[in-house]
Amino acid sequence: MAATTVTLPQSEMPLAPELRGRVGMWCLIAAESAIFSIFVIAYLYYAGKSLSGPTPREVLHVPVFNSICLFASSFTIVMAERAIERGKSRLFGTWWLLTIVLGAIFILGTAREWYHLIYDEGLTISSSLFGTTFYSLVGLHGFHVIVGLTGLSIIMIFAALGQVKQEHASRIAVFAMYWHFVDAVWVVVLTVVYFVAL
Amino acid sequence: MSNAESVLKPMTVSPARAKARPLFDQVHEWIVTVDHKKLGLMYFGYGVLFLVIGGLEAAVMRIQLAIPHNHFVSPQTFNQLFTMHGTTMIFFSIMPIVFGFANYLVPLMIGARDMAFPRLNAWGFWMSALGGIILYFSVIGGNGLYGAGGAPDVGWFAYAPLTARAFSPGHSTDYWTIGLLVSGFGSIATALNIMTTILCMRCPGMTLNRMPLLLWLNLVMAGLVLVAVSPLTAAQIMLLIDRYLGGHFFDTQAGGSAVIWMHFFWIFGHPEVYILVLPAFAIISEVVPVFSRKPIFGYSAMVAATLAIGFISLGVWAHHLFTIGMTSYANAFFVASTAAIAVPTGIKIFNWVGTMWGGKIIFKVPMLFCIACLCQLLIAGLTGIMLSAAPFDWQLGNSYFVVAHFHYMIVGVIVFAVFAGTYYWYPKVTGRMMNETLGKWHFWLFLIGFHLTFDFMHIPGVLGMPRRIYTYEPGRGWENWNLIVSIGVIFQLAGILCWVVNSVWSFYRGKPAGNDPWDAWTLEWSTPSPPPEYNFAKIPVVRSRRPLWDLKHPEDPDWKYE
Repeated sequence: MAATTVTLPQSEMPLAPELRGRVGMWCLIAAESAIFSIFVIAYLYYAGKSLSGPTPREVLHVPVFNSICLFASSFTIVMAERAIERGKSRLFGTWWLLTIVLGAIFILGTAREWYHLIYDEGLTISSSLFGTTFYSLVGLHGFHVIVGLTGLSIIMIFAALGQVKQEHASRIAVFAMYWHFVDAVWVVVLTVVYFVAL
Repeated sequence: MSNAESVLKPMTVSPARAKARPLFDQVHEWIVTVDHKKLGLMYFGYGVLFLVIGGLEAAVMRIQLAIPHNHFVSPQTFNQLFTMHGTTMIFFSIMPIVFGFANYLVPLMIGARDMAFPRLNAWGFWMSALGGIILYFSVIGGNGLYGAGGAPDVGWFAYAPLTARAFSPGHSTDYWTIGLLVSGFGSIATALNIMTTILCMRCPGMTLNRMPLLLWLNLVMAGLVLVAVSPLTAAQIMLLIDRYLGGHFFDTQAGGSAVIWMHFFWIFGHPEVYILVLPAFAIISEVVPVFSRKPIFGYSAMVAATLAIGFISLGVWAHHLFTIGMTSYANAFFVASTAAIAVPTGIKIFNWVGTMWGGKIIFKVPMLFCIACLCQLLIAGLTGIMLSAAPFDWQLGNSYFVVAHFHYMIVGVIVFAVFAGTYYWYPKVTGRMMNETLGKWHFWLFLIGFHLTFDFMHIPGVLGMPRRIYTYEPGRGWENWNLIVSIGVIFQLAGILCWVVNSVWSFYRGKPAGNDPWDAWTLEWSTPSPPPEYNFAKIPVVRSRRPLWDLKHPEDPDWKYE
């Protein structure tokens, strides 16, 4: 498509067709941010308005280890991106697998937390307004982590089959944007749920 | 001209309609297509289908309201009718139609061969289509296990707590929710695609500053879809959690809030008006210069006004909540922001008039619709400013005055612009001109019908007639006005019939159009009519906002002045 005989100064076309993956992902991130914003606003608006217990302060504990794992996965995926840019497929596979492991630890940690809340504390999505907002917001983020993990795993299968090569670096980078976004959202969710609205 | 013809000639091919292939092959080709032109046409056809369905629903409501104490439909059916009419028209008629225009025109006007993500484009269309099917399936499936319902009857903005399980048993409300959710995903995908296409796929030389205004307006529209449809998606997810998982978002019994649904809905709902009207402005911005034989007046001001409208429209939503009772600070803010949006809109009207001023105006059908559009935009804008004043809104909120106001915008501006757009681009799409005489019949019938219906609808509103009532008492002074309003519908339907007949007739019998029947200036007119699948044999290079003018007038090209 870009095959044209005319070449123009770079300043005329700052966004080339090759960048469409990135631009598209930014658009998706904008839309997703709007969705999360509404859930965050609902969470903050309803904080303390629950008519029955338990309250967040009684049952919530900051998931330190989980969060460290998720944030660390942003670092490992950057290392994977760098590896594939230089064409080091094996190194890429290692960092990529580590990213999946870290993401999976986060999701399993959330599952443990929820198990505790549901069976020990009696907090469910329908038990109180706090339960509704908590499970919705954290669950929406968790859902995005699972979608991200699914994507990561599919790419991992290709990597294991030796199909991910240097020329795929830009696509990998686009996918990594999504994973970074999921991590960035956790910064907001963590702050709101475990610190601000406690 | 002769030079231009010689340049354009090698690209001319005769319309490729002669090929006779088995019907199955043709249908299959349309279903699996990822071509932006086919998808654009499918969006458009799908939108027109629902326009007719939604229009007939409106017609039934107007029969019911034509005389007091009428028993044409039951109150329950009436509730379903206005719910389905509103939902259908906004989500499954106007939105697909504007996406259809964007899909068809954006790649052609930026000199690209397709959208940035053709397969995502197809996905977006089929999701939107699925949403419409889900909504209308409620008529059969809405009964659920409870024997209540049928089509949803909660109003197009579905205020809580009416949507709670207790008050909306059965599945009709769920069909409404899921239908909108699914079509919302499609809309977000398409908006993402339009935005990426405009930003990344422009042909060499087409800087942002040289894009036809249609592209600027669609760019801002796409941005609004991304940030405004998503809140609706979020709110619908919350509603589903409430209805299916026993959540309490909108459940006042457990500390939830019904008002927050209103906020979430209108955070989507008001920008949505601009999502629909910006593509209408886009059509006007292309048609008016061509039929005034002048370049658009004040291009930069138009772009700035577009961006301003997009920005301000995100901060006006709570004017829908004046009657709910907000703090005086909130009222003051939303009064000011709502009134402020009239400024960039006014700039646009001035610039369109400035484009016509001193031009050699050609009163062909597309231009007639655009001129009517401008007059009606002015009136719709003025009633909008009236309603933006909170005390005025307290008096007339939820009355027929409001109904008249927003129909003036949606029918008087958006639908008129859509008609203008179809007459203008039909030759490009089919290779044939639409019939001018039948087009003028369409215009005048629809204009008369529109004004009979929506001018006179303001008056019962001022006299206190609330919206969404299924009938009314005689002797309140509403009867005659309602009868006139209903009579107008007949003219509108006759006009629409002319349009449909014209479209079908012209497809077979219309005058061959050639590449550039209007002597226009944007890139789509440099391609054959209909354009080949690849649009441009050679990717064009542009040097100004009117590339075809440059081509036709090498002695006086635009780029010398820009």
